[in-house]
Amino acid sequence: MNGTTGMISMALLAAGLLTSSMPAVAASEADFKAAFAAAEAAEKEAGGLRNQWTTTESALAAAKKAAAVGDFDSATASAKEAEALARASVFQATSEKERWRDLEIH
Amino acid sequence: MRARGVIQLALLAFLALAALMVAVPPVRAVDAQGPAADAKAFRDYFVSKFPKVKLEDFVNGPYSMNEDMRRQWEEKEQFPPYEFALETGREMFSKPFGNGKTYADCFPNGGIGIRQNYPYFDAKEGKVVTLELALNRCREVNGEAPYSYLKDEMASLTAYMAFTSRGKPFDIKIPDDPRALAAYENGKRYFYTRRGQLNFSCAGCHVQAPGERLRAEILAPALGILNALPIYRSEWSGMGTTSRRFITCNSQTRAVPLEPQSDEYRNLEYYLSYMSNGLPISGPGARP
Repeated sequence: MNGTTGMISMALLAAGLLTSSMPAVAASEADFKAAFAAAEAAEKEAGGLRNQWTTTESALAAAKKAAAVGDFDSATASAKEAEALARASVFQATSEKERWRDLEIH
Repeated sequence: MRARGVIQLALLAFLALAALMVAVPPVRAVDAQGPAADAKAFRDYFVSKFPKVKLEDFVNGPYSMNEDMRRQWEEKEQFPPYEFALETGREMFSKPFGNGKTYADCFPNGGIGIRQNYPYFDAKEGKVVTLELALNRCREVNGEAPYSYLKDEMASLTAYMAFTSRGKPFDIKIPDDPRALAAYENGKRYFYTRRGQLNFSCAGCHVQAPGERLRAEILAPALGILNALPIYRSEWSGMGTTSRRFITCNSQTRAVPLEPQSDEYRNLEYYLSYMSNGLPISGPGARP
């Protein structure tokens, strides 16, 4: 390792340590709107499969409530959670299209 | 050269066999069986799982699997909690609508002793018709507003109609109509499909674990599970219909329930009732 490479490596390491210890950037209203739209789209897909989850609905409601009082950090986090839940319910409905037969009494 | 020819032939045969397997998916034995064979397998499963339970006793749900609960239930039956609903239903049934007609005018045999024939497949509509649906249709055709499908008046009316059928065996028919068979198959699929965040199917509780505890409840067997409906449920502090039962089950698995009397619930009721053909109506019932 020559001197220049060593300095660059040290600088990168320092930058990494600094950024990892810094607080996350606060979510904006735009972040919330994007996250909420993605969650709603996934939940709509689950609805088309007749397989929505109550927990997704609760997370969507929590996101809306937090956004209404300007808490976009919580609102965005709840929207992202709702999207993850909705995607899981879509996965469940899709995989169950065939897997339901595994439980059938023969 | 000759050896190479043999290898090429073997390869060709293998490829042809593989192509056939891809082109013709394996037929599951159950697909070829049909509803009657399904019902036999269903019944055999429960009878062999619970050899001490008499066949007709499955309609008593958790009381057929737990002696302590059975004793409590037998004492409760001396002053059954559904009695008020039953009396209300009896009065409602005979009270004329605004146009002078009654429920009796909408049903065969004046609506008495017919609960065991519901749900049925209606060839005109091409769909399953449940007793709850038929009651609300009767009201609407006579200029009355429909009732909620979940409890109160609907539970009272169905309690009375079930009472007049007590002891009569479920007699659900699947006519020779591809739409009826499709409704049955869709009901079966719904019954076995996992849903909700907890990833439960109806079968997950009522086929795999009847007699076991789920928190404070003893799970009822799927065989005969609709024969006792409507029920007074202590957990509800009141009466509930078949619609209410399905909706509660869905909610408990953290699935968003469907609309009462949606096609899925109607088909599910059709399938489950058919599975219990031959077992006596015992409703109205009482459950913890």
